Amino acid sequence: MVKPLITFDKVWKTYGEGEARVNALAGVDFSIAEGEFVAIMGPSGSGKSTSMNIIGCLDTPTSGRYGFQGVDAGKLDRNSRAVLRNLYIGFVFQGYNLLPRTTAAENVELPLIYRGVPAAERRKRALTALAEVGLADRADHTPAELSGGQQQRVAIARAIVTRPALLVADEPTGNLDTKRSHEIMELLTGLNQDHGLTVAMVTHEADVAAYARRTIAFLDGRVESDTRALEIA
Amino acid sequence: MFWETFRLALLSIRRNVMRSFLTLLGIVIGVAAVIAMITIGSGTTERVKGDIAKLGSNLLVVRAARPDRSGTSSFTPKRLDEKDLAGLTNGLDNANAVSAASSQQVRVVYAAQNTAAEVTGTDTEYFIARDWDVPVGREFTDSEVRGGAPVCVIGETIRSLFFGAGDPTGQSIRVGKVSCKVIGVLESKGFSGFGQDQDNVVMMPLSAFQRRIAGDRDIDSIYVAALDGVATSEVQADIEQILRETRRIAPDGEDNFDVRDMTQIADAMASATTTMTGMLGAVAAVSLLVGGIGIMNIMLVSVTERTREIGIRLAIGAHERHILVQFLVEATVLSLIGGLIGIALGLALAGIASATLAIPFAPSLAVIALAVGFSAAIGMVFGFFPALRGARLDPIEALRHE
Repeated sequence: MVKPLITFDKVWKTYGEGEARVNALAGVDFSIAEGEFVAIMGPSGSGKSTSMNIIGCLDTPTSGRYGFQGVDAGKLDRNSRAVLRNLYIGFVFQGYNLLPRTTAAENVELPLIYRGVPAAERRKRALTALAEVGLADRADHTPAELSGGQQQRVAIARAIVTRPALLVADEPTGNLDTKRSHEIMELLTGLNQDHGLTVAMVTHEADVAAYARRTIAFLDGRVESDTRALEIA
Repeated sequence: MFWETFRLALLSIRRNVMRSFLTLLGIVIGVAAVIAMITIGSGTTERVKGDIAKLGSNLLVVRAARPDRSGTSSFTPKRLDEKDLAGLTNGLDNANAVSAASSQQVRVVYAAQNTAAEVTGTDTEYFIARDWDVPVGREFTDSEVRGGAPVCVIGETIRSLFFGAGDPTGQSIRVGKVSCKVIGVLESKGFSGFGQDQDNVVMMPLSAFQRRIAGDRDIDSIYVAALDGVATSEVQADIEQILRETRRIAPDGEDNFDVRDMTQIADAMASATTTMTGMLGAVAAVSLLVGGIGIMNIMLVSVTERTREIGIRLAIGAHERHILVQFLVEATVLSLIGGLIGIALGLALAGIASATLAIPFAPSLAVIALAVGFSAAIGMVFGFFPALRGARLDPIEALRHE
């Protein structure tokens, strides 16, 4: 049995007060083990984005326990969670979220700056990460000079340059056409299989979710279904 | 890490050159105004001190005391007269020169030209006491002074206005209603620290001045030059003693005259210009404050504009501190650049001013250092609130920001 990387234990997330009170998460239990590739699905307002934010240590539960590598991450303060994110979590967003007018390599270096890695070492690691996503020759291009698919690859390079334990991807193919979507998904699958990188991905597209080996579906703040694809031997 | 932040700040300033420049303008103008004011001001102070030093640090000036306007003064006002002069001339054994002088603004005419000049009636001792040479022609003689001869020595400004390149000696000019023969030209002294033309003058024998121009027998001032090596305070005490006798002041009576030495006058004037400089500097400093508010404004805009960038940075592991420092450094660098441009501009203005006003260019390293420190401080203080606002952003909200 592989040990769990993250665990949700009766997690509730409540927004607003009194009449306007909304339960975004209403007692969620699940865990993701190291090396898994999990798709999180559900209609808008189902709680999938809220749980993604908690998984990524951007947000904390109102009640219940969110364990990350055995630590009660829900109880950590802002700066401790920032450290946790910097050390163990990589993010890929729907809108790429690269810094404009900043080269691909500099974008990829960014998380290393906050780790205090020296400049020469940063550059070296950034180039390695860019090579892993197939963009070694685009290191000095700015986002404006790159296509959407390439920008998302740079974002993935930025997410993996720190060698994180977990990759959190929020609709990573949402802005891409089918062909590019599949390329990105191939890349993520490769990272998962070759490097054992745990991936948690929010998506609403079934064919994208199909790349994952496990799908957790949310509805009205609860886990509606949790299904694993059959292993193809 | 610091270098990184610094580079980032420069990068961000460069991205919005126009906006950064407009933001800087407040600081630039503020610092330039402060630097220019203080540099010109201290140049003026130096000039005034220098002028008065040129008059001679061994020079004492005696004037009749003026009654206080409130009427509280207990002395009896009395003008200086020839008895006082004779008393000092005969009684002082430690004086190099004792000279009486009276002055008035009078219209001076030669051919079709006319101008208003400071006309002084005095004696031969005046040129010694004031250490003033007559390089062209000659000074008046003792007999001319005694007889009140209608002769005069003119300043350089009058000479060039009336005679151009020609020789003025022997020519007659009209001073007020009196025709007067020019016998010499005074050495040029240029403008005083107060912008007064010291060459726009005419000197004539005192008795001629009194009789034909002033129409009285008053003496405005008596100049006493102390002998070399004698303390002015010693001479001052002697003058006071002699004048109390000639002016018949009772032993318990108050002096009805003032004796000042030039260093006292120099100090008084220097302190006046210093106060003026300080006040102008303070007014200029207000514009620095306005510049600071400009920085705050633009940093708030910058934080709002870059909310998404802040969100990205927070998500990938930046601490609040990192964001705070990033924007704080940016504000400080911005303000510091403004400060440096302002210093250059201020010094340039002061340089032009001192060239045109003929005052010494006196940049103060302390004031420049202060301006650098002050502009950095303004960036930090006014950048703090926007930076804190950026640092406190919720990463989820920030990432959602369009």
